[in-house]
Amino acid sequence: MGNSTHTALDATALRAEFPLLATPRPDGGAVHYLDSAATSQKPQRVLDAMDAYYRETNANVHRGVYEMAAEATERFEAGRDAVARLVNHPREATVFTKNATEAINLVAWAWGVRELREGDEIVVSMMEHHSNTVPWQIVAGITGATVRFCPVTPGGEIDMDALRGMVGGRTRMVAVVHVSNTLGTINPVEEIVAMAHEAGALTMVDATQSVPHMPVDATAIGSDFLAFTGHKMCGPTGIGVLAAAPGRLEAMEPFLGGGEMISDVTTEGSTWNDIPWKFEAGTPPIAEAVGLGEAVRFMEEIGPERIRAHEKVVAQSMLDALDEVPGLTIYGPRDVERRGASFSFSLDGVHPHDIGQFLDSKGVCVRAGHHCTKPLLRSMGVQSTARASAYLYTTDDDVIALRDALVECREWFGAA
Amino acid sequence: MVRGGLMGGLDDLYQQLILDHYRNRRGRGRIDGASASVHEHNPVCGDECYLDILVVDGRIADIRADGDGCSISQAAASMLTEVAKDKELGEALDLVEHFRLVMHGDAEPDEDILGDAVALEGVAKYPVRVKCALLSWLALRDCIADYRETTAMGG
Repeated sequence: MGNSTHTALDATALRAEFPLLATPRPDGGAVHYLDSAATSQKPQRVLDAMDAYYRETNANVHRGVYEMAAEATERFEAGRDAVARLVNHPREATVFTKNATEAINLVAWAWGVRELREGDEIVVSMMEHHSNTVPWQIVAGITGATVRFCPVTPGGEIDMDALRGMVGGRTRMVAVVHVSNTLGTINPVEEIVAMAHEAGALTMVDATQSVPHMPVDATAIGSDFLAFTGHKMCGPTGIGVLAAAPGRLEAMEPFLGGGEMISDVTTEGSTWNDIPWKFEAGTPPIAEAVGLGEAVRFMEEIGPERIRAHEKVVAQSMLDALDEVPGLTIYGPRDVERRGASFSFSLDGVHPHDIGQFLDSKGVCVRAGHHCTKPLLRSMGVQSTARASAYLYTTDDDVIALRDALVECREWFGAA
Repeated sequence: MVRGGLMGGLDDLYQQLILDHYRNRRGRGRIDGASASVHEHNPVCGDECYLDILVVDGRIADIRADGDGCSISQAAASMLTEVAKDKELGEALDLVEHFRLVMHGDAEPDEDILGDAVALEGVAKYPVRVKCALLSWLALRDCIADYRETTAMGG
């Protein structure tokens, strides 16, 4: 496996590195895992790295003077170096959290609760995941600020004209998703960040569905905050990342208090540790950081550009395959240059839950529901959709299995 | 191992009677001048159920269910409207409780009590689908409680 951007990645060969995908189902068939937008599968080397940490050098970080503790700290901080490198961001402004949701909540509480006032506005898009909506609603409830939702066009893109009309003098925060987990839309985050900054507002980019799938340069995007999670990018659950613009974290008060995040504690009060540790109270997810670091090295060896190139091909195959299914409606953009490989769809006369259940019987794993984007689904006038989402290990076989199962599903439920 | 899901078990879950109720819903709609109404939803999938009852002399003279949902939730609602109609309120509550226990695997289904809803027995094996089946049935329980509360207060 080279790292040339000129040769396509070999998804079939890569599958062999993922134990779950390489193991056949009880009936001998392959697992067609099409729910990577929910969580990705994990390559053996990530599991090995975490296992080795526990077996060889399990100790708490930033504390002990003994060698094992120093080694644990080194492996943990190497995980930070890896994620910072992947998104081209300074390591000291790269904070580990529990997940992307906690990263956004960190900003909502440490910045929003202290800085927002009545009359201030937070602008979010209608296609945000609940994780980039609900924290702002909570903070608005406390501070008297208002959350405004920018509509999405019928084609599934942020209505940029509407956004320009909304972002103004009252706007303090613009929070947008880089790639929609429901529609697959790739949003013009650089343009949105520039628009917000011109109005004097801060920005939060939810990069949960972009970092695993394409090159993401946090410095080039230029947002004040950018959040993503480990478990959707071949890493473990329990670890997320907040990348903050230089100066932001220094100016903020802590989110959670406790061990590790302090410089000094007296009976009169406390002072804070340097960044990023100021925002990492308590024992951090050490094995998870080690695993995530290994996941990043895995991605780097393949190359984010090649992952993106592969997913464009898969996205086109998915579009073509889904178009062959009678009665199927795809939501979101159809141009693979403007979308990732996550597809929400509905099938005439068959409820998404039933689609999910039927497809499971064919070894095809898809998500059914609102995908934590209820405002978006309401605005589209649908209650729930089925969603098939691909990743670097998705093959044509998976796409064909999806298409065939959907055709059969429709017949089975008598909708044909 | 959950891997492979319900291989070969689809027919077990989706019995013909369920698909029949799904395709040809009984008791669908709303009741003008209902004695009690509730609106329930399943936050996991967004499925919704509106349930109306008309109570005459302590009996469910009419019952209708409306809303959107999967085949299991829609068939369960359809079956409920058939089996609960003309029942006394106490009987209807016993019926709901029996169905709830069956769905949680805590009782053997009694066809004499459940009617067509006995076909939903297989749902008990799929924990994520149990909520689908129970949505309208628990709505009836809440509806009866609301009715009793209102009549107790209002006389």
